[in-house]
Amino acid sequence: MPKHIIVALVEDRPGVLNHMASLFRRRGFNIESIAVGHSEVPHLSRMTLVVNGANTMVEQVRKQLDKVVDVVKVSDITSDKVITRELALVKVKATSSSRSEIMQVVDIFRAKIVDVAADSVTVEVTGDEAKIDSLLNLLRGFGIKELARTGRIALTRGETNPLPVKQPPKAQGRKPTK
Amino acid sequence: MKLTGSQMIGESLVKEGVEVIFGILGGALLPLYDVLPQYPQLRHILVRHEQGAAHAADGYARATGKVGVCFATSGPGATNLVTGIANAYLDSVPIVAITGQVARPFIGKDAFQEVDITGITLPITKHNYLVMDAASLPEIVKEAFHLARTGRPGPVLIDLPRDVQIEQAEFNYPSKINRPSYKPTLKGHPAQIKKAAKLINEARKPVIIAGRGVNISKAYAELKELVEQAQIPLITTLLGISCFPESHVLSYGMLGMHGMAYANMAVDAADLIIAIGMRFDDRATAKVSAFAPHAQIIHIDIDPAEIGKNVRVDVPIVGDVKTVLKELNKQIVATNHIDWVRQLDDWRREHPSTTIRDSQSILPQYVVRQIYEVTNGEAIIVTGVGQHQMWAAQHYWYDKPNTFISSGGLGTMGFGLPAAIGAKVGCPDSTVWCIDGDGSLQMTIQELATIAQEKVAVKIAVIHNTYLGMVRQWQEMFYGKRYVATPLSSPNFVKVAEAYGLPGLRVERREEVTPAIQQAMEEPGPFLIDFVVEPEENVYPMVPPGAALAEVLEEPKNKTKPKAVKDSAKLPVSNI
Repeated sequence: MPKHIIVALVEDRPGVLNHMASLFRRRGFNIESIAVGHSEVPHLSRMTLVVNGANTMVEQVRKQLDKVVDVVKVSDITSDKVITRELALVKVKATSSSRSEIMQVVDIFRAKIVDVAADSVTVEVTGDEAKIDSLLNLLRGFGIKELARTGRIALTRGETNPLPVKQPPKAQGRKPTK
Repeated sequence: MKLTGSQMIGESLVKEGVEVIFGILGGALLPLYDVLPQYPQLRHILVRHEQGAAHAADGYARATGKVGVCFATSGPGATNLVTGIANAYLDSVPIVAITGQVARPFIGKDAFQEVDITGITLPITKHNYLVMDAASLPEIVKEAFHLARTGRPGPVLIDLPRDVQIEQAEFNYPSKINRPSYKPTLKGHPAQIKKAAKLINEARKPVIIAGRGVNISKAYAELKELVEQAQIPLITTLLGISCFPESHVLSYGMLGMHGMAYANMAVDAADLIIAIGMRFDDRATAKVSAFAPHAQIIHIDIDPAEIGKNVRVDVPIVGDVKTVLKELNKQIVATNHIDWVRQLDDWRREHPSTTIRDSQSILPQYVVRQIYEVTNGEAIIVTGVGQHQMWAAQHYWYDKPNTFISSGGLGTMGFGLPAAIGAKVGCPDSTVWCIDGDGSLQMTIQELATIAQEKVAVKIAVIHNTYLGMVRQWQEMFYGKRYVATPLSSPNFVKVAEAYGLPGLRVERREEVTPAIQQAMEEPGPFLIDFVVEPEENVYPMVPPGAALAEVLEEPKNKTKPKAVKDSAKLPVSNI
């Protein structure tokens, strides 16, 4: 089943993430990754979801997502030209003898060492899924103690915007919940 | 002007034109109920179970086209609403449910009578709110009503913590809502409408399938114009019943599992299906891969998510039915499909589907037909769910718009009685008959007390066949006649009615049927008739599960019933 990248602009309110996730759960989709953060518009968050599913099923869920009142726009950008990035933090076992070899690998991947301890180094790497997978494959040889990966985020290339919003909505005049 | 949260609810409901609230109070709603006497415009009807409150609001909303309102307290009060909310969600009925919640400091602590009702109802509401400060209430109530009644209507829930009900804040009721993310499409795309018109003008065997969307949109005149201009035979879904006069020469009844044989044959043979405000439910389409195999399909619906969900569509038009039909009708060339209409008329003659055979005993179909005769077809008919529901759909002929109220999508047994209360309260000048089964009625029979207390003049016809009849029919046909858990003993319904303070009659002989119905009609108030009918009567026509619409089984002419399938595992895969 093909992998789909779905991006959405949603109003910043409690329950939205839950609602969106439950629409996938109901149809037995496994969400491979999900990333949520601020967008270019105040009070709107941008979500990036990666899911596996047949095209027609994903299109059906996309329409259901669009119906959620808090969802402003949603788009399946799988077939667009997209830049996708993930970030990973990896704590790798390191001895005085292996440390320099790890540093070389990290350099080749244009990753960074962000913490060093007596028996480990922590590596930060960004890139698309394939790049991170290859680095992890190499680091596995040294022993990975801990790994944290973010979900994928994605933007389309060039002028196209899959989620155009004409004007930023005004604040709802509703106090944030205490 | 500073008001408490409770007063804000009262003021807002008055501003929204609410006339009646169905509900039951409890600890978490005491402050709200305490202010209700300040708003004499709001009639409160005390029901006996919260499910009844939601169904009554639902029946009220369907009968009047306005938003139905129900109240329930926190915890069990709120969870008891759930079935009613799901029912309204599946049938696109606008209701606003207001539930009490524990005070804010107790939320999330498993306090007494606390449940996460916004979490529970997330997948069965159009939207819901947990109100965390009184200042946000005017905007929330305004928005809730707007969401419930616009676009594809649906239920909206507002969860109101006890302390928010007594918190004071400034009250300014907004005149419009501020929701950039919510803009239902009303106007159909002109290019799509043009394409649809071309298909309609070229079709040789067109069929219209009209659904509840026509009733919601009140597109009666526009639909009639389309049918008559191009002489297109019209079929309805279960919930589309009464969106078009059934006595019209181009009306061919209902399609689907228990639809008319000729309607199903027409859909099977058609070269063009014009689906209007309907959603291709599996009970309507039967085997979906064999649905309308020769037809192109035009689908008009306000909800884009319905397009292409169940069947492939050639020309989708997203928009409000009335608005779209107005535009579409301008491009329809007057024509007739005389050969096609004749074909349908032949099928109707050969497969009548609604004739009632002679019988010594009382046939349930006969009871429905006599209610039709005595009421001149002018009553609002509200049903429960089961065999009686199908007979009420088949054997009463609906000519007046929006006079058939039934639970379609969820198929909620027990819907009938409380929904009939809502319909009668909303339309006090109409005759309202609740046609219910002995099984279905017993799921919400406590609402007889509501009828008595509020003097709601509903007429109740119990189709009493001593079984959970629809399930028994399936056991007979597909489970080797093993009647497991379907034989049903019932109380003496007339004595039950009397115990609640309602008059009633038990009818066991065929010749007593009509006089009993007449007596009920003469009674100014509510009246219950317990019709003891043929116990093992089956609903025909029937499209067996997994079969195509064209493979419809009709009532066997000689008494032999179709051969029972001994092993249910041999049934084709289908929804149930």
